[in-house]
Amino acid sequence: MSAPPPIAWSVDWRRRAFATPHDSVLTVGVGLLLAWMAWIAIDWALLRAVFREEDVAMCQDENAGACWSVIDARHRLILFGLYPFDEHWRSTSAAVAIIATVVLSCIPWFWSASRIATLWIVGFATYYLLMEGSLIGLEQVTTDKWGGLSLVLFLFSSVVLLGMPMGLGLALMRRSRLPVLRLVATLLIDFIRSLPLLTTLFTAAVVLPILLPEWLQGDKIWRVIIAFALFFACYQAEVFRGGFQAIPDGQYEAGKALGLGKWQVLWVIVLPQVFRHALPATINMVVVTFKETAVVIIIGFFDLLASASAAFGTGAWVAYYMETYLFVAFIYWAFITSLGRYGEYLKDRLRQDDH
Amino acid sequence: MLGWRDFKRMTPREIAVQIGVLALVVAIAIGAYFSARMNLAELGITSGFNFLNRDTGWSYSFSLLERSIDDTYRRTLFIGFLNTVFVGLISIVVATVLGFVIGTMRDSENPGLKTISSVYVQIFRNIPLILQIVFLYALLIHMPGPKQAYSIGDVIFMSNRGIMVPILTLPLWSVVALVIAAGGLAWGLLRSGLGALACFGVWLASVVVLNVLAIVILIPEGQSVVSIPFLKGLRFREGLTLSVELVAMIVGIVLYSAAYIGEVVRGGLDEVPKGLVEAGKSLGLGRFAIWWTIKMPMALRSIIPPLGNQWIFTMKATTVGVAIGFSDLFYIVSTSITQSGQTLELIAILMGAFLLVNFIIAQLVTLLNARLALKGYGS
Repeated sequence: MSAPPPIAWSVDWRRRAFATPHDSVLTVGVGLLLAWMAWIAIDWALLRAVFREEDVAMCQDENAGACWSVIDARHRLILFGLYPFDEHWRSTSAAVAIIATVVLSCIPWFWSASRIATLWIVGFATYYLLMEGSLIGLEQVTTDKWGGLSLVLFLFSSVVLLGMPMGLGLALMRRSRLPVLRLVATLLIDFIRSLPLLTTLFTAAVVLPILLPEWLQGDKIWRVIIAFALFFACYQAEVFRGGFQAIPDGQYEAGKALGLGKWQVLWVIVLPQVFRHALPATINMVVVTFKETAVVIIIGFFDLLASASAAFGTGAWVAYYMETYLFVAFIYWAFITSLGRYGEYLKDRLRQDDH
Repeated sequence: MLGWRDFKRMTPREIAVQIGVLALVVAIAIGAYFSARMNLAELGITSGFNFLNRDTGWSYSFSLLERSIDDTYRRTLFIGFLNTVFVGLISIVVATVLGFVIGTMRDSENPGLKTISSVYVQIFRNIPLILQIVFLYALLIHMPGPKQAYSIGDVIFMSNRGIMVPILTLPLWSVVALVIAAGGLAWGLLRSGLGALACFGVWLASVVVLNVLAIVILIPEGQSVVSIPFLKGLRFREGLTLSVELVAMIVGIVLYSAAYIGEVVRGGLDEVPKGLVEAGKSLGLGRFAIWWTIKMPMALRSIIPPLGNQWIFTMKATTVGVAIGFSDLFYIVSTSITQSGQTLELIAILMGAFLLVNFIIAQLVTLLNARLALKGYGS
C-alpha cells in the first residue's frame, strides 16, 4: 500500500486554522494579539528609539522609546569587561575564534573524535594565546581582567573541552566490569547531579582552598572551571551511557570475531556509534552549559551579567537598566536559540537516517 | 554485591587497577583531611557544630517565621531551608500547571495556539534563569512608590515595596494544618488504588470543603473573612505583602520552568499513537474528551520521569535567589560562611539539605510512576 500523497503545507494550515468556528476565532484572535505585541515591541525598540550616544538628551522626551544610547556608550564595557581598552581587538578576535570553533563543529566533516578534538584544541589555544598575550609577544593580560562576553565564551569553551573527555571517562567507568570503578563513578555522578551547579562552583571557589595544600590551589578561575567541567561531565556521562545502551551486544562480538582487542573494539566500532546516538543530547548539554555559565556572577566573576550591571550602574545611565538587560538577554538568546535550533534539525535528520 | 567469585574471575591487572583507584580515593581523603586541619589551624577556626548555637547578629530579606538578629545559626539555617522549600514547592506546583497548559497548546492542531506557545517557549527557555530573575527584580523595584501604586480594583496593589493582596484572616497554624492535610490527602489518595483523574477530583473537592469549614469554624462572627490592603501614610496596612524578592523569584522560576515542562508535556503527548486519537474521533469524542481520557493518561507515563527531573531542577534553581538578595538556603549558608568562618560545616549542611530534598522528590516520582503505570506496559 502506498502512502497518500502529501498535502500542501498551506492547504493543511488553512484546514487546521479554520476547522471549526472556534478554531477560526482562536486563530484570528491569537494572530491579532501577536501582531499587537509585535507592534508595541517594534514601536518601542525601533521606531521611537534613540540610538546614538550623542542623542541621549532625546531619551528624556515623553515620546521616546528605548534608549539604546546606553549600548552605544557602554557596549565595550559590556562585551569586554575590564580588559584594557587598547587591546580590545584581541578580545574580539579571541571571541571570534571560539564562535568559529562552535560553527565549524556543526559541519559533519568534523564529526570524528580526532578532528573535533583538534578543532576545539586549536580554537581554545587561539583564544588563550590572544587573550593572555605574553606567550606570543603581546602585552600580558591576566585572567582577573577578562570579562563580559569574552569571559562567558572562555568559561563555556574550557568547560566543554575539559568536560567532554571527563564525561566519556566517567561513562566508561560506570559501565566497567570492575566493581570498584563502577562504584566510584556512580557515587560521584549521583552526588554531583543532585547538587545545584552553584553549590559545586561555590565549593570550588571557597571551600577547596581549605581542603587543598597551598601548592595545589591554583587560580580561582581554574578551580571553578574544573568544578564546572566535572559538573558537565557527570551529566554528559549519562548522555554517553544512553548512547552505549543503544549498541547491541552483537557489535562487540563481531569485533572480537574479527580479532580486535577490547580497546580496539571500543575505539573503532562502538564509540563512533555511541557519539552518533548521543549527538542530539550532547548538543542539548552544550546549550544548557552555555546558559548556565551565567551563574558565575554570584561567585564573583565579571561575566556578561556583571558587566551589564556595571554599564548602567554609574551616573547618567541608571535609568536605562531595561535596555542594557535586553541587550544582554538578546546576546544569550541568539547564541542559545541558534545552537538549539541546530540541535533540533540534527535530531530530525538522524531520525530520518535511521528509518 | 561483591563476592569472592567476582575477584576470582578478574585478571591480576584488573585487581591492581581497582586497588590503585581505591588507594587514590583514600589518599585524596587523607590529604584533604590533613591540609584542612593545617589551614583551619592557621585561620584559627575550631571545627565542629557548636557554632549552631551562637547568635548570628545579622538580618536578611525574607522569612516565613518570626525572626530577629539574635537568632541562633541553627534557627537561621532552618529558616533558609524553609524558604527554599517554600519557593521551590510553590514554583513547582504553578510551573507544572502552566507547563501542562503550554505543552497542550504546543500539541494543539490550531496554528494560533501553537504559535503563541512556541513563542513563549522560545523566549523563556533560551535566556538564562538568573538574567530573567535579575531583570524582573529590576522592573519591580522601579515601580512607583506606595502612594502612586498601581492597583487592580483597589484590592491588589503593586508598588516598589512588593505586591499587596487580600488574604483570608485564618490563623497561621490553621493554614499550615490545611497545607499538611492537603498533602496527606494527596498521598493517601495516590495509594488508594483510585485512578489518577478520580484522585485529583476527590482531592480538589476535599480541599475546597476543608477550606470552607476552616473559614466557618475559625473566623469569629463579626470579623471580616478577608483582610484587604489599604494605604495609610507611606505604607500599606492589612492584607498580605509579597516582597519584591519573593515575587521576582517565584515568577522568574515559574516562567522558566514552565517552558521546560511545556516541552516535556509536548513530548509526551507527541508519543501517543495517532491510531488511538483517531479511534477516539471515530467514536465521536470531542477534542477535550480525547485529550482528557485518551491522550493525557497515555502521555503521563512518559511525562512523569522527565517531569520529576524538572521538579528537582526547580528546587535547585532557587539558589540563584542570592543574586537579588532573596534569603534562600544558599544565601543564608554563604552569608553564614562569611560571618562565622565555619566553611566546611556549613557547606556540608547545604549539600545535605539538597541531597535530602532530591531524595524526597525522587521517591515521590517513583510512587507516582508506580501509580500511573498501565498494566501490561513494561515495568
